[in-house]
Amino acid sequence: MTELSILRYNPETDDQPRFQSYEVPCREDWVVLDALNYIKENLDPTLSYRWSCHMAVCGSCGMMINQEPKLACKAFLRDYQGLIRVEPLRHFPIERDLVTVIDDFMAKLSRVRPYLIPKDVKALEAGEYRQTPAELKRFKQYSMCINCMLCYAACPEYGLIPKYIGPAAIALAHRWNQDSRDAGREERQEALAAKEGAWECSFVGACSEVCPEHVDPAGAIQQVKIRSTVDWYQEHLMPWLKK
Amino acid sequence: MSRRPYERPITSEWIFRHPRYVRYMVREFSCLFIGGYALLMVVGLERLSQGPAAWESFLQALQAPASIGFHIVALAFSLYHSVTWFNLTPKALPVQVGEEFLPDGVIAGAHYAAWVGLSIGLLWMAGVF
Amino acid sequence: MRTVDTDVAIIGAGGAGLRAAIALAEGAPKLRIALISKVYPMRSHTCAAEGGAAGVIKPDDSLAYHFDDTVHGGDWLSDQDAVDYFIAEAPRELVQLEHWGCPWSREADGSVAVRPFGGMKKQRTWFAADKSGFHILHTLFQTSLRFESIVRFDEYYATELLVDEGRCVGLTAIEMRSGQLCRFDAGAVIIAGGGAGRMFPFTTNGAIKTGDGMALAYRAGVALKDMEFVQYHPTGLPSTGTLLTEACRGEGGVLLNRNGRRFLQDYGMGPETPLGRPVFKTMELGPRDRVSQAFWQEQKKGNMVPTQWGECMLLDMRHLGEKTIDERLPLVRDMSISYMGVDPVHDPVPVRPVVHYMMGGIHTDIRTATALPGLFAAGECACVSINGANRLGSNSLTELLVFGRRAGLSAMEYLQSGARAPGEAARGALAAAARARLSGLMQRSGGTETVAGLRKEMMQTMEQHAGIYRSGEGLAEACVKLGELRHRYRGIELHDKTNVYNTDLLQALELGSMLDCAEAVVQSALGRKESRGAHQRLDYVARDDGRYLKHSLAHWRGADVPRVDYLDVVITRSQPGVRDYSGAHA
Repeated sequence: MTELSILRYNPETDDQPRFQSYEVPCREDWVVLDALNYIKENLDPTLSYRWSCHMAVCGSCGMMINQEPKLACKAFLRDYQGLIRVEPLRHFPIERDLVTVIDDFMAKLSRVRPYLIPKDVKALEAGEYRQTPAELKRFKQYSMCINCMLCYAACPEYGLIPKYIGPAAIALAHRWNQDSRDAGREERQEALAAKEGAWECSFVGACSEVCPEHVDPAGAIQQVKIRSTVDWYQEHLMPWLKK
Repeated sequence: MSRRPYERPITSEWIFRHPRYVRYMVREFSCLFIGGYALLMVVGLERLSQGPAAWESFLQALQAPASIGFHIVALAFSLYHSVTWFNLTPKALPVQVGEEFLPDGVIAGAHYAAWVGLSIGLLWMAGVF
Repeated sequence: MRTVDTDVAIIGAGGAGLRAAIALAEGAPKLRIALISKVYPMRSHTCAAEGGAAGVIKPDDSLAYHFDDTVHGGDWLSDQDAVDYFIAEAPRELVQLEHWGCPWSREADGSVAVRPFGGMKKQRTWFAADKSGFHILHTLFQTSLRFESIVRFDEYYATELLVDEGRCVGLTAIEMRSGQLCRFDAGAVIIAGGGAGRMFPFTTNGAIKTGDGMALAYRAGVALKDMEFVQYHPTGLPSTGTLLTEACRGEGGVLLNRNGRRFLQDYGMGPETPLGRPVFKTMELGPRDRVSQAFWQEQKKGNMVPTQWGECMLLDMRHLGEKTIDERLPLVRDMSISYMGVDPVHDPVPVRPVVHYMMGGIHTDIRTATALPGLFAAGECACVSINGANRLGSNSLTELLVFGRRAGLSAMEYLQSGARAPGEAARGALAAAARARLSGLMQRSGGTETVAGLRKEMMQTMEQHAGIYRSGEGLAEACVKLGELRHRYRGIELHDKTNVYNTDLLQALELGSMLDCAEAVVQSALGRKESRGAHQRLDYVARDDGRYLKHSLAHWRGADVPRVDYLDVVITRSQPGVRDYSGAHA
């Protein structure tokens, strides 16, 4: 048997969050999510948490497990010794139990204009835009983000400066900037090159370490910094050059 | 309204939540020593401009145990800062050749090579060889 | 009660819902669109689809081939006019997605690549590595952010449709974070709520696939069509049920029994094809129903590999090589290692059939309209039907796009036809009734049943009696049992009676949806005394076109057993024939 200590919070009955312990069977192939489901089905149906796919692609089940941001569906019980502490994802307000308020993240995703702003508009009848495997590779990695927000929980800048637009949003903007079919870098510049944009990052690198999809948002952010610096110099010192 | 989202307070305990944050703070802290060393260089330049006697007394001061201690610590921090910095450069400067990206070692290695090259160049200019 | 006034309400923000929203926003920028989903759009189960989306683009391929493959695959239960529409629209929709930035995998010359898939004569499955659904969903979601007219209501659980004078005029939904019921007044409603695989214990489906959209329409008087056709995907991980894409076999992976034999050749899908060089439509590229059924038969002979999670077959991909696997099947490799401790580069992966998709669903016409004016449905929750008795892999993702768009257009046309809106009094009364029903559940005390208990019994019943092979006896037992469970459902007492993000309540509501859908499944299955596609009966082993070349229609009758009647299949040019997946076909 394994013990899970879970941070509970119900605004209607609690002033503050408090820990509650549960004993669950420790099966070899179980992840923390399986333990939570066991608790909800057998011990305490009032426990609230988000989950869906159980295969690390929907991004719902991010939480702090022994103080580390992890996907509950990919945190294997066999990798932990002793008590397992489960808390909602850091740096987001707690709505209820393990459910956080992610309005801020959703707004920031929108702000970076994460959609194709095409170079040349092509009619559908003309078929697909050509994109070589090499061009695809330039941005593919940054398109793998599942919006799980582990990076926001790991980032001390976001924790200290909530206005910071954050790793996933910047990585997503970078994904579009790097797409050979896109010409929207200038439009995204305002959100990205702002003070609360990429420049708030001090390259802690925790985001990339915790990212379950190896998106490497830290790398994306530094590349955005370099690119926006070059853009700035070109704009101000060589305005005759086309961007 | 029954909603009452709870915001957990942020304290400096975050630094100790995982070794990576400690390493980050050490890296950032190193700038104090690097900055301090730069100041020392400026002071040295000033002494140099004040003539041989001032320069000699500066060199004497540098040999004091406290100064040696400072230099050792500053060197350690400098090396730590440089190594962590160089190892991070591949993330900021990916180079795509054909379909694949150059391995991290090549980018970081180029920085190390440039560092060694520049250092040798400087030492040569200073008449060491 | 808080009221939202909108023009079109879309329930469900997965591939079909998002596509409908975008079609509306582009086609009629002045229309107000409320996109309502019980999860944030990125969590929709579209994200879990892996293999790809089918659309004809190669010069040696043709719409006629795609038509034939789909109709044959569906065992002639597909409506052929709908299939014609679907395959004709498919390539355009996939190009549209590409124009919105979808990162389709490419050939060396930069054109879109396509891969072979089960039951398809030619290569026509567009793919994005092995995360096609994920990329399609995120491309659609991110594109939807361009349009201010799409207003999202994230984490709102739709409880009831509002029907006034025979028209759908809106819905009620719980704002999950506050527990407050909200009324949506809409000129048209599109349901895109997905399937109901969670009725079964062993499924690729995520937690959210509980048939809520189907139940909403069903209870409002719209029939559920062809519910007995439940697809088993042959290759699910035995530990978690999660999906290993059909593309594993498309790229050349093979299925072995405990003796190392590629046993599919013993079930009409031979002769054995060369290792690593799959031949379209035979052996491992046979259709899903046949492959799953072969597993079941082989298991009965004792030829499956025993594992701690039950008996399995082996999916062998070693001969593909590490480079191909990392490039085209990276998610598959990651999941096999994480959840099974098996690296497909070095070892065969144990797999077994798992419930994956529902061919059946809300009865719609070719324009996605239901029999209830103002109500439309698209995606897995709907049954047009293009998939018939068995769906071919990679037709579903395309279906989301084609019929998602069609639903948007149909809703637009319906609004332009100027249906009269009901008055406030009528709407208020309907919403108040919905609230009363919800309060009944929330406030009930002295209850004897729990959500988890009833759910478990439902899942066991479905697994035992409504699986790959069924019998009249077993189905009859299941019908009785599900009737009993639906009755006992009214005795549920919640443990959690608070308002903020109450998942005990939500799971109870989801269970209610699943019980209704499950009863429709078993009643329809009992009524169909033949074997066709994914519905196989041990007591009626042959296909009976004389009596059953028809769709089943299950009609909700409250606490009573649903009434099942039948509707002819639309046959245009392909008369029912033999489904031949042996190498002998031309």
